[in-house]
Amino acid sequence: MTNSINCNKCNPDGSPLLDVLTTAGLKQIAVLGMPNTGKSTFFNRLTGANASIGNWPGITVDLLVAKIKLGQQETQVVDLPGIYDLRGFSEDEEVVRRFLETNPVHLVIIILNATQLDRQISLALQIKHLGLPALLLLNMADEAPKFGVQIEPAQISRHLGMPVLPISAKYGQGYSQARNLIALELSRQLEPVLAGKVEKNLVTDAEFAAEMGALLQDGFQVSDAFKDTLTTKLDRVLLHPVFGLPIFFGLMYLMFQIVYTVGKPLQDWLNLLVEWFKNIALEPALSFLPKFPHDLLIDGVYGGMATVAAFLPVIWIFFICMAIVEDSGYLSRSAYLMDAFMERLGLDGRSFVMSLMGFGCNVPAIMGLRVMRSPALRLLSMLVIPFSLCSARLNVFIFMTTALFSASVAPLVLFSLYLFSFAAAILTALIFKGKYPNQEPLILELPPYRFPTVKQMLLRAWSETRHFLRFAWKFIIFGVVAIWLCNNLPLNVEPASAGTISGSIGQALQPILGPIGINPKLSVALIFGFIAKEIVLGGLAVIYATKEDAGLAGAIAREIDWVQAYSFMLFTLLYVPCLSTVAVIKAESKSIKFALLGVFWSLGLAWVASFIFYQGARGLGF
Amino acid sequence: MSLAELSILPLGTTASILGISTETVLEQRLQALGFRVGKQISVIRKAWLGGPLHIRIGTTEVIMRRCDARSIQVSPD
Repeated sequence: MTNSINCNKCNPDGSPLLDVLTTAGLKQIAVLGMPNTGKSTFFNRLTGANASIGNWPGITVDLLVAKIKLGQQETQVVDLPGIYDLRGFSEDEEVVRRFLETNPVHLVIIILNATQLDRQISLALQIKHLGLPALLLLNMADEAPKFGVQIEPAQISRHLGMPVLPISAKYGQGYSQARNLIALELSRQLEPVLAGKVEKNLVTDAEFAAEMGALLQDGFQVSDAFKDTLTTKLDRVLLHPVFGLPIFFGLMYLMFQIVYTVGKPLQDWLNLLVEWFKNIALEPALSFLPKFPHDLLIDGVYGGMATVAAFLPVIWIFFICMAIVEDSGYLSRSAYLMDAFMERLGLDGRSFVMSLMGFGCNVPAIMGLRVMRSPALRLLSMLVIPFSLCSARLNVFIFMTTALFSASVAPLVLFSLYLFSFAAAILTALIFKGKYPNQEPLILELPPYRFPTVKQMLLRAWSETRHFLRFAWKFIIFGVVAIWLCNNLPLNVEPASAGTISGSIGQALQPILGPIGINPKLSVALIFGFIAKEIVLGGLAVIYATKEDAGLAGAIAREIDWVQAYSFMLFTLLYVPCLSTVAVIKAESKSIKFALLGVFWSLGLAWVASFIFYQGARGLGF
Repeated sequence: MSLAELSILPLGTTASILGISTETVLEQRLQALGFRVGKQISVIRKAWLGGPLHIRIGTTEVIMRRCDARSIQVSPD
C-alpha cells in the first residue's frame, strides 16, 4: 500500500522527469515484488535513495527510477508497484503488466518474503513463464527461522531456472552478494527482453499449482513448532475483542501527544530563528526601500516563507510516527479492529486506514483509495477523508490553542477537534452511504509485526517533508502575499482597516460569518485558507502583525475570545481542506460535479457546526 | 468430516480447502494470498459484532469479512 501511494504522489510543479526514451546505452532493470516484502527498502539501498520520478508512454502512474553504476555498467533501475499477481485486475497490476509488455529489460529483480514463500513463489513462477531474465531475492531471510521456515535456495533456483539469494534488505545482510550477483547477471544479458502477452504465456491453474507444489516440496519446509511467535502473542493483546479498540485509541492519542509536545518547542525554536534572521540581516539589508515594497517583502514574502518553515517540524515528526504505525504492520490491524464499525457506515477497514493516512495529508490518502475496485466505495471514502484533520490544520490548531488556552487545557482542546473530525466523517458516511452502496470484498494481509529502522523512519519523514516543500511553498507564499496586499491596498487607507480590500471582503461576508463569531479579519484568512490551510496561519500573522510588533499570539488573544477562536477552528477543520484536495478528488472521481458536492457539503457542514457551537456557547453565557 | 463454509469453521480448528467459488477477480486475489485447493487453513479469531475473521493459511495471515469467507468450502481435519 505504501509503495503505490509514494510512487503515485502528485507532482504538480513538474520536478525533473528522467527522459526514459533516450537511454539506449543503458541497461534496464525492473524491481518487482509483492506488497510487504521490503521491496522499496531494497530499491532505496540499491539506488542510494537517489530516485526521481519517471513516466513511461502508456503508463498512467509515475514510477520511481534511478540511474546507478553496477560494476562498469550504467544501469537504469525502475521500481514497479508491489503486486500479488501478474494476471490481477488492480491498477498496479495493470501497470506492471503494461510495463513488462512494452519495455524490454535486461533483468527483473524479483523480491519475495522468504517466510511467505509458500504463496509468493507464484510471482517468480509467472516471471519464469514469461521468459524474462530474472533473479530472485528472498528478503527478510533473518525472519524465516523465527517462523520455523527452512529454505533451500539451490532447489528453488533449479526449479525456477534463475539465481536465488536470501538477503535482509533492512539490515543489509547478503546485500553485497546480491549486488555482485545483479552485476554478474546483467553483464551476461546483452540484449533486453520483452515479455510476451501475459495472458497467452501463463499456463492453466492446474499445471501452475502442480509446478508450484513440486518446487515447494523441494525448497520450502515449515515446522509447526514455531507457531507461537511474537506476532501471535502481540496480536492476542492488540486484536483483543475488548482491549483492542481502547489500546488503538490510546496509541492514537499518544501519537498526537508526541507530535504536540515535541513539535511545538521545535516550532517555537524555528520561529525565533526566523525572527532573528529578519532582525539581524533582512531589516538592515532592505532598509533603503520605501515602506510599501519593504513591508511587502518582509511581511508578505518573508512572512510566507516563515509560515512554510513553521510547518516543517510538525510534518517531520508526524511522518516519523506514521512510519512506525505503517511499517510496524499495525495499520492493517486497525482495519481489522474497525471493520465491523466501518461496514455499518457503508465503508470498510481500508477506508479507515486511508482516513488515518489523511491525518497526515488528505492528498495521498485519496490517491491511496485506488486499491479499492468498487467506485461507490471510493466515492464515499472521498467524501469522508477530507474531514481527517491533516497536518496543515494541525499546525493552525496548535498555534491557536496555545495562544488562547492554558497549557493544561490546550491538548484537550486539540483532542476535542479530533473528535469533531471523526464525528463529521461518521455523519457524512451515514448520510451518503445510501447513495453509494458497495459490496466489495475485504481481504487484507496482516504482515508480522516489525519495527522500522531509524533509517527507514528518517527516510520517510524526509521524503514527506520534501514532498510538502515541493508542492506547498509556492501556494503558501502566494497566499500570504495576496493577503498582505489585500490588507494594504488601496494605498491611501490605514492598513488592515475597514477601507482596505480585505476590510471590504470581510465586511461583505459578515452577514454569513458574523453569526458564527468570525470577524472580518478572520474571514480573510478563511477565504485564502481555501487555497491551502497552511495559508490560514501565515494570513493571520500578516493580518494581526500590521499594527503592532507584539507576538501574533498576543495580538490574536487580545482581539478575540476563546468562543470565537473555537468556532473559527471548527470552521477551519470542516470546510474544504485545500485546493490540492479538491483537485485530486476531481481527478480521482473524474467528475467535477462530485468534487463540487464535496466542497459544498463540507462548507455547509462547517457553517452549521460553527453556528450551533457559537450561538450555543453565547446562549450559555460564555 | 463433512463439507463446511470457512465462515462457520470453529476457532482454532484446522481444515483443508475443498473449493473456492467466487468471481474471478476475488479468486485470483485469494490464490495470490495462498488460498488453493488442498491447503490447510484455520480461523484464529473473529472480530466482535460480525466483524472480519483473522485467518491463517500456511505462513500468511489475512483478515476477511465473514460474507466473503462463505465462498470458501472447507473440510475440517
